[in-house]
Amino acid sequence: MTALLRVSAVSKAFGGVQALDDCTLEVEEGAVAGLIGPNGSGKTTLFNVMTGYERVDGGEIHLDGRRITNLAPRRVFALGIGRTFQLTRIFPRLTVMENMLIAVPRSGRRHHPLARAGGRADRRRAADLLEFTGLAGHADALADTLSYGQRKLLELSYVLIADPRIVLLDEPAGGVNPTLVHHLADRIRELNAAGRTFLIVEHNMEFVMGLCGHVTVLDSGTVVASGPPQIIRGDPRVLDAYLGTAGEDDDAAGR
Amino acid sequence: MIWRAGGALAVLAILAVFPLAVTNAAVTTIAVDTLIFAAVAVAWNIFSGYSGYVSLGHALFFGGGAYTVGIAGRAWHSTGDAVFALLPLAGAVAAGLAVVTGVFALRVRRHTFVVITIAFFFIAQITASNLTVTGGSSGILAPSPNWDAATFNNPFYYLALALLVAATGASWLIRGSRFGLQLRAIRDDEDRAAGLGVRAMPVKLAAYVISAILTGMAGGLWFYFIGQALPQFAFDPLFDLSVVVMAFFGGLGTISGPLLGALVIEPAQQYLTLQYTNEYLSEILLGVLFLLVLIGLPRGVIPTGAEKIASLRARRTRPAAGAAPPGEAPAGATPGGAAVREAKP
Repeated sequence: MTALLRVSAVSKAFGGVQALDDCTLEVEEGAVAGLIGPNGSGKTTLFNVMTGYERVDGGEIHLDGRRITNLAPRRVFALGIGRTFQLTRIFPRLTVMENMLIAVPRSGRRHHPLARAGGRADRRRAADLLEFTGLAGHADALADTLSYGQRKLLELSYVLIADPRIVLLDEPAGGVNPTLVHHLADRIRELNAAGRTFLIVEHNMEFVMGLCGHVTVLDSGTVVASGPPQIIRGDPRVLDAYLGTAGEDDDAAGR
Repeated sequence: MIWRAGGALAVLAILAVFPLAVTNAAVTTIAVDTLIFAAVAVAWNIFSGYSGYVSLGHALFFGGGAYTVGIAGRAWHSTGDAVFALLPLAGAVAAGLAVVTGVFALRVRRHTFVVITIAFFFIAQITASNLTVTGGSSGILAPSPNWDAATFNNPFYYLALALLVAATGASWLIRGSRFGLQLRAIRDDEDRAAGLGVRAMPVKLAAYVISAILTGMAGGLWFYFIGQALPQFAFDPLFDLSVVVMAFFGGLGTISGPLLGALVIEPAQQYLTLQYTNEYLSEILLGVLFLLVLIGLPRGVIPTGAEKIASLRARRTRPAAGAAPPGEAPAGATPGGAAVREAKP
């Protein structure tokens, strides 16, 4: 197996806070990998540097052997890393279908900019994806009218339309009702079975342990443990860094 | 779709026969003025309405267009109907101004952008009042066409109407296009759009330039119609305010909204100015109207109306819209979506 996404010794500081400290991580092609850690451990910052939203202070990031360190978000996306945000970022004043069409890659034939947004094939694909995630009935509604959970599904859907090689999900199950969490987990399994690679940040342990084949634990910007979920569950360093404080930690709500 | 096309054709037909039915020069003067402003409001909306970058400096392009045809016409001794051939030049100069200012102004976001556009506009006004080529504070006089007095306004009317149709056509084409979708995505979340492959800077600049070209040509036409360009009127802060009120009133980012706003507000303003010779009254009323629109109709007549119609329609077809994922309430029952967004788990 080859590493599709490789983060090597990445560091990132915000003022005096070392958000990422010599952080190294690999995601295998075809995997559903989990990334966990207490609040403030650097998970979202890691997502941000991987997708070009933040610049690294040091270290390298490679996608399928190609260096993508500090590329603009647009370039990273074009190379095949799609992501969602912890607090979903949809386009509220566009319809659900319009949201889907933003990330449609430019196809050769309809190249001129005044061509109608989304050709027939693109719209067909967008409709199929909405069908898949369960939003088909809302295609013509303004995205603003969707519930929080539906917004998460929409964000996943419009990222998928660009056919990314790997999808980074930032707390996909956070604040979403249990039924929808199961729905989401099933969708991810299905996509993964079709070959899609995922890296998921999540506090909901049941979700992570049930879905991910490999889990990495981050604490204070450093990887403290990495391995299959059964092993991670019992690792004393993880209990110490993360699960051990579960009693006081509001993250425990997801367990 | 058929309703919309029919409505557009009906409005166009009414506008086309209007000067044939109404020959009162006082009324047709207001009509020409209204059409020019409508074209500007539609053009302004192509950039500001779609991208969300509110420009308070479009007077730069309007006045720039006016001075361009004034200076060029004087230099080349253009007279008679030939002067109107200079209008594309007004558009070209406005495009140049838009590129030069846009490259700087579009680097900053929203509120800072607004302030910068105001600055550009003041620079233009001060420059125009101090250069010899612009005639300083006495401005430039336009050659007066020797048309029949009874129908003097008609050629202006139809030129303004043609410009309005062009602007509306451009707005319609852009809104449905990939380019327009990218603009509106930038309006909603520029960073996110960039993260999905949208090249924000060229997209914004292109819209800014298109908007400026139409505004510049409207300025050139206005110059011939009014008969002269003076710094304080060609670069008029009230011009920008009026255009913004029109677009907000009708509905930002819609095709027909700015048009509707201009057709309602400009005649009202002109009428008030004529009716009450104290011109400050109309300015005060414009300010009051601006406040009322922002408070009472922040999204404008067209979007609010469309929403009402959509919600009525949704109520009728409710049982059919139950395709939400299991356990999810249908969209209509979750108005608290935004509130939930803040409640971090």
